[in-house]
Amino acid sequence: MNQIIMNTAQQPLVDIVTETYQTSGLPLLEDPKMRVRNANVFYGAKQAIFDVNLDIGKNQVISMIGPSGCGKSTFLRCLNRMNDTIDICRVEGELLLEDQDIYDKKIDVVELRARVGMVFQKPNPFPKSIYENVAYGARIHGLTDNKVQLDELVEVSLIRCGLWNEVKDRLDEPATGLSGGQQQRLCIARAIAVNPEVILMDEPCSALDPIATATVEELIHELSENFTICIVTHSMQQAARVSQRTAYFHLGKLIEVNDTSQVFTNPEHQLTEEYITGRIG
Amino acid sequence: MNEEVMIGGHISRQFDLELDEIRSRVLKMGGLVESQLDKTLEALRDGDAESIIDIEKLDRKVNALEMEIDEECTQILAKRQPAAGDLRMIIATTKSVRDLERIGDEAERVARMVRHAFDNDASVKAFKGLLSLGEHVKELLNSTLNTYARMQTRSAVKNMRKDQEIDEEYSRVVVRLVDYMKKDPDNISDALDVMWAARSLERIGDHCINICENVIYLVEGQDVRHSDIEEIDEQLA
Repeated sequence: MNQIIMNTAQQPLVDIVTETYQTSGLPLLEDPKMRVRNANVFYGAKQAIFDVNLDIGKNQVISMIGPSGCGKSTFLRCLNRMNDTIDICRVEGELLLEDQDIYDKKIDVVELRARVGMVFQKPNPFPKSIYENVAYGARIHGLTDNKVQLDELVEVSLIRCGLWNEVKDRLDEPATGLSGGQQQRLCIARAIAVNPEVILMDEPCSALDPIATATVEELIHELSENFTICIVTHSMQQAARVSQRTAYFHLGKLIEVNDTSQVFTNPEHQLTEEYITGRIG
Repeated sequence: MNEEVMIGGHISRQFDLELDEIRSRVLKMGGLVESQLDKTLEALRDGDAESIIDIEKLDRKVNALEMEIDEECTQILAKRQPAAGDLRMIIATTKSVRDLERIGDEAERVARMVRHAFDNDASVKAFKGLLSLGEHVKELLNSTLNTYARMQTRSAVKNMRKDQEIDEEYSRVVVRLVDYMKKDPDNISDALDVMWAARSLERIGDHCINICENVIYLVEGQDVRHSDIEEIDEQLA
């Protein structure tokens, strides 16, 4: 079925079945951290992502926004090959991390996921102690030589996530005893303990209350000095608050990428405007 | 882009209604301010000092509307966190109602000067020299309100050109009044009142242009303040 989205002036905006389209704004950057070219993702015969071209800037926060099912989480999961865990998922195109093809057969996926860490929607601490949650990754990747170094790494990671003062006296207690917001910050501490270059966050605050959300957002802001962060969010206000660039996905297509300040005050594409003003959802 | 694009079509119909309500009130406020200026010009033309009472009544309504619209805009910012075109509409509206309110104040100021002249047996006739300027300012205000109602950036630019003509006309009035003061130093005080009235009319033109700039910002997302007309013309091309 030829489904064409029309704007009010009855001009075709995006022909949903035509695969060629132009992303509005500035999807490409000079000297990016990650480079995505002609990315297409399929779940079996169904195509979920169409020909996405996007650069992810070093030490920047980029938000992916769009209606449910638009492909933003699918796209995010391509960036550290989390989609490999889904049998019917097929990723085509070129996805580079510092000029290295992350879909190269020679790539060690475990090592890739240490370089490109991930934080999920629901805090998912291991059923272990607070200490072990942070130490786990460093231990399996052999990042420290002895207990003193490991202790130091755990402390630094927890300090960077603003959690140290809250948990330093109960490091041996189960992580599952922490509040939701603390658990999520612990998961971020766990992700940064292996010193990743990129952190992917899939709706990291959607299960948190406003105070915990504000704490995590502040943390994202601080972490962006040292890490490249890609965040999928349903909260447009969150995208506006935490990111320098915003990418709008619609039905698997990357419609617009621009500076966040522009996207939220004067988007280039009609579909972006309609989404962020609550006209489509 | 028409006003339907700017206001309607939200998933939340309540939000559509809220924005529509704001827009209606701005237009109503514009109508009241227009009446204020009309009555001021009547006072100028007929030397009718009584119309000041009507103008003052209208001013109270205009002031109340300004506060109501501002409150509604604040509520929308707090409740809806508007973005893009909606955000620009709220920002443009809060700025425009301020200009509308000041247009009303300037009209009232002119009317007060006419009454002052009337009460002091001064030459009300001297104010009639401002009628042509006043009519042109009235046309500009009318056109500005249409520009806002229809969200037309092209007519916003046309209004800017009209305001340039008004500025030139104001300069000629000033030159004439200075000549008059030189020739008749005894009546400097009366002439100064006329000059202040002319200044108020000219300021109304400036407020109209602020509203036109707000319309361009609202529709195009471009801040054209402090740009010259040719630059704006180019940006909108």
